Amino acid sequence: MDRPETPDIAPLLTPILAHHGHDASKLLQILRDVQDACHIIPAGAIDLIAVHLGVPRVNVEGVAGFYSFLSTRPVGEYQVLFSGNITDQMLGQDDLMQYLCNKLWVESGKVSEDGLVSIAGTSCTGMCDQGPAALVNGWALTNLDRNRLDLIGELIRSRKPVAEWPPMLFETVDNIRRADVLLGEALAPGDAIRAVLARGARKTLAEMDNSNLRGRGGAGFKTASKWSFCHAAIVEEEGHVICDIGGHPERFIVCNADEGEPGTFKDRVLLNSYADLVFEGMTVGARVVGAGKGFLYLRGEYRYLLGQLEGVLKRRREAGLLGDNILGQADFNFDIEIHLGAGAYICGEESALIESLEGKRGRPRNRPPFPVTHGYQGRPTVVDNVETFACAAKIAAQGGAWFAALGTAQSTGTKLLSVSGDVSRPGIYEYPFGVTVRQVLADCGAEDPYAVQISGPSGTTISWKEFDRRIAFEDLPTAGAFMVFKRKRDVFDAVRNFTHFFAHESCGFCTPCRVGTALQQKIIDKIHSGHGTPSDLEELKRLGHLLKTMSHCGLGSSAANPVLDALAKFPDAFERKLAGLAFEPAFDLDGALETARKITGRDDEWAHL
Amino acid sequence: MSKTISIDGQSVPFEEGQTIMDAALAAGVYIPHLCHNPEFTPHGSCKLCTVKVNGRNVASCTMPAVEGQEVLNDTEELNADRLALTQMLFVEGNHLCPACEKSGNCQLQAVAYYLGMMSPHYNHFYPQREVDASHPDVILDRNRCIYCELCVRASRDADGKCVFGMSGRGIGSSLVVNSASGRLGDTNLAVTDKAVQVCPTGAILIKGKGFTVPIGRRIFDHYTIKQIQTGGGPHE
Repeated sequence: MDRPETPDIAPLLTPILAHHGHDASKLLQILRDVQDACHIIPAGAIDLIAVHLGVPRVNVEGVAGFYSFLSTRPVGEYQVLFSGNITDQMLGQDDLMQYLCNKLWVESGKVSEDGLVSIAGTSCTGMCDQGPAALVNGWALTNLDRNRLDLIGELIRSRKPVAEWPPMLFETVDNIRRADVLLGEALAPGDAIRAVLARGARKTLAEMDNSNLRGRGGAGFKTASKWSFCHAAIVEEEGHVICDIGGHPERFIVCNADEGEPGTFKDRVLLNSYADLVFEGMTVGARVVGAGKGFLYLRGEYRYLLGQLEGVLKRRREAGLLGDNILGQADFNFDIEIHLGAGAYICGEESALIESLEGKRGRPRNRPPFPVTHGYQGRPTVVDNVETFACAAKIAAQGGAWFAALGTAQSTGTKLLSVSGDVSRPGIYEYPFGVTVRQVLADCGAEDPYAVQISGPSGTTISWKEFDRRIAFEDLPTAGAFMVFKRKRDVFDAVRNFTHFFAHESCGFCTPCRVGTALQQKIIDKIHSGHGTPSDLEELKRLGHLLKTMSHCGLGSSAANPVLDALAKFPDAFERKLAGLAFEPAFDLDGALETARKITGRDDEWAHL
Repeated sequence: MSKTISIDGQSVPFEEGQTIMDAALAAGVYIPHLCHNPEFTPHGSCKLCTVKVNGRNVASCTMPAVEGQEVLNDTEELNADRLALTQMLFVEGNHLCPACEKSGNCQLQAVAYYLGMMSPHYNHFYPQREVDASHPDVILDRNRCIYCELCVRASRDADGKCVFGMSGRGIGSSLVVNSASGRLGDTNLAVTDKAVQVCPTGAILIKGKGFTVPIGRRIFDHYTIKQIQTGGGPHE
C-alpha cells in the first residue's frame, strides 16, 4: 500500500487531542480539526489518534472514510465544493463550476498539480434561496456569479487565507418573507423556562400534549409522547437501576440541526436569528424529561454559524439560563454542547445522528430499542428538530390551547417552508398548517409553476393538477422544502439530480439501499444518455418497490420517491428520452472501445463498431 | 405456558429476549439469511431475512418476538424480493463461482440456489477491489465480500482483536483491516481466530487448503442451505 509521505504529525495532533480531552466520543470533531489543519487525514494521524484514544485503528479509519468532508486522500489547500442541489443547477451551477475550473487550470474532482486547489461538487449546502452556492474550506459562499468567481480565483492564486477574504463573499441573509407566530412574535430569553418552573414539569408536559405538537423534521411523531417515553424510561445496567423515572442527568436532549434534505434551509434561519428560542426549547425539554445535558448537532455546512451559536450559549450561561441551578432552581442543571457534522445526510436520521455524536460512522441503528429509551451512550434521549424545539418554547410560554388553535386539527401550529426554485421571492414562509400549495405559489411569485417538490427528494413531487392540496400531516407532510419548477423545466433533470444524491448519501449498511440506490442511478443515467428503453422503466418500478419495502431506514425507503412520483405523474419526461427499442443493453460496446481509441490516437471508421 | 408467535400459520414458541429469527431457527423454520449467525450479535444488514409482521416488513434477525405476532415468511412476494437482494449482492462484487475455492460451501451461492436464482439479472458493477495475500495463513479477497461484517463481529466479540472494520460509504464501502499498512499480514490475525471461520462467502480463506474436498462433495452439493441451517444437514 502506498502511503503519501507526511511530515511529523504529532506536534499538530497533541493540542487537538488535548482540546477534545482525549475523548473517543469526540473522534469526529478531532478528525475535523485534523482535516482543517492538513487538508487530509494522514495515515500517520490515524495511527496516533487510535493510540491516544485507545480505540482500534480500524475504527478511526472507518470514521475517516465515512464523512464527505474528511478525506484520506489530499484535497487542495483551497477546496471549493459547489452545492449540487437541483436549484443550484437551475441557477447555472454546472457552468460556474466549469468556469472556475478553467480559470484555475484544474479538473473537477481532482487536485491541481501544485496542490493549491481542488474543485468538486457536494450535496445541497442549504443556501437554495441565495444560490448558486459553494463551500470554500467549509465556509459558505452564496450568490456566485462569474464576477465573484473571478475574485475567488484571484484570492486563491494569491494564496490569501480564507479568513481574510472579503466578507461580502460569505454574506448570508435570512430572507424571511412571511412571519407568523413563531418568527413574528418575540419571546424574551428565559420566559419559557420561567413559565415551566412556575407551572411544573408535569403540567408542562400536559400543555405539550394539549398543543398536539408533532415533529417538524417530517415524520410527525407527537412530541409530547416522545418526551413522556423518555421521561418514563428506566435504565438498568447489570441489574441496577441507574436511571429512574423522574429525572436524572443520565438523560439527553438532542437538537437535530443536520438540515441535509436538499431544498431545506429553515433551520439555518432559526439558528441564525432565533437561536435563543431553540435553546430555550431544549431547556424546556430538559426540565420535562429530566435531562442534564443537551447537544446541538449542527451540519458541517453551517459551521459559519458555530461561533455565534457558542456566543449565544455563553450569554445564556451568564444569564443563568444554562448551567447549574438554572434561574436559581436548585435541582435544575442543564447545559448544551455543539457537535459539528462532516457531510453526511444520513446523520439526519436520529439513530445515525446519535452514532455520529458518539464519534462513530453515521449508521442507523436497529430498532427497537428506540432512542427514547436507549439513545446517546445507551441512555434515554430525545432527538427533535430545530423547529420543534422552537415551537416547544412557545408552547411552554403561551400554553397548549393557544398553539392547538392554529393550523388544522391533526396538524396544529405553523410550519416554516423553505421556498426556492422558479420563484421571484425565494426564502422562508411561515404559514399555519393547512395552507394550499396554490397559496404559497402565489405568495412567492412562482412563475408558470408546473411541479413542486414538497419536503425535498425524500418527499413528494406534485404536479400542477394538485396545487389545491394542503401542507399538513394529513395531506402533504413536509420537513420544509418547497422547490418550484416552471413549465419549461425538464422534470427528469430533477429526478436525475435526486437519484445521484441518494446514491452518494447512502450509508452502505443494508443491501437494498447500498446497491439499489447505485442501480437506480445507473438506470437513470442510461436513460439520460439516450439508451433507455421501456424495460428500464419497469426495472425502476421494481427497484422502487425493493427500496421502499426492504431498506433499513428512511433514506433507502424514500430514495425511490422522486422516480416513482415522476413516473406516475410525468411519464412523458421519461418516455421522450427512451430509445425506440424494447430493450437495449446497458453495456455500450462502441463506448467501451473509447479508451483504446484514445491510446492509439485513432478515430477512423474501422476504430468504431 | 410458553409464548408463541405464528410463522406462516405455524405456531412457534419463543422465550423472552428471542428474536423472530431465534424462535424460527429453534423450531426448524428456515428464514433465508446471510449476515446472521446465531453465535453473534444480530446485524440486520443483508435484509434477506425480512419478514412481514402484521403487515409491515421487518428484519427477523433483529426484531424481538412478541406474543401474538403474525409472521409471513415463505411467501412468493418475499422470496422474489430476497432473490432480487441476492442478485444485488452478486452484481455489486465479483463473484465467479467456478473459480472460487468456496464454491459448494458458500452460503451466498447456496441462498441463490435456494431462491432459484438463474441469472444475476442486474448489470454487473465490476468493481476494482483489492486482494490481500500478505498474511502467511489467510487470504482476503475483497471481490467476494458482501459486507455482512461477521468477521468484524467475530474478531471483536470472540477473538477480542478488532482485526476487521468497515470504511467508505454507500456503494464505495470497503472492508478494512487493523494495521497502519492496510495489510492483513501486519495485523495480529491468527488462522485459528473465529473471524477466519465465519465468512459466509469466499472473501476470507485459509491458505494451503485449496480443493481438499473436491467439487461435488461439498456441503451444498448435497444439502440445501435450509437443511443445513435448520439442523437437517449431515450429523457429525
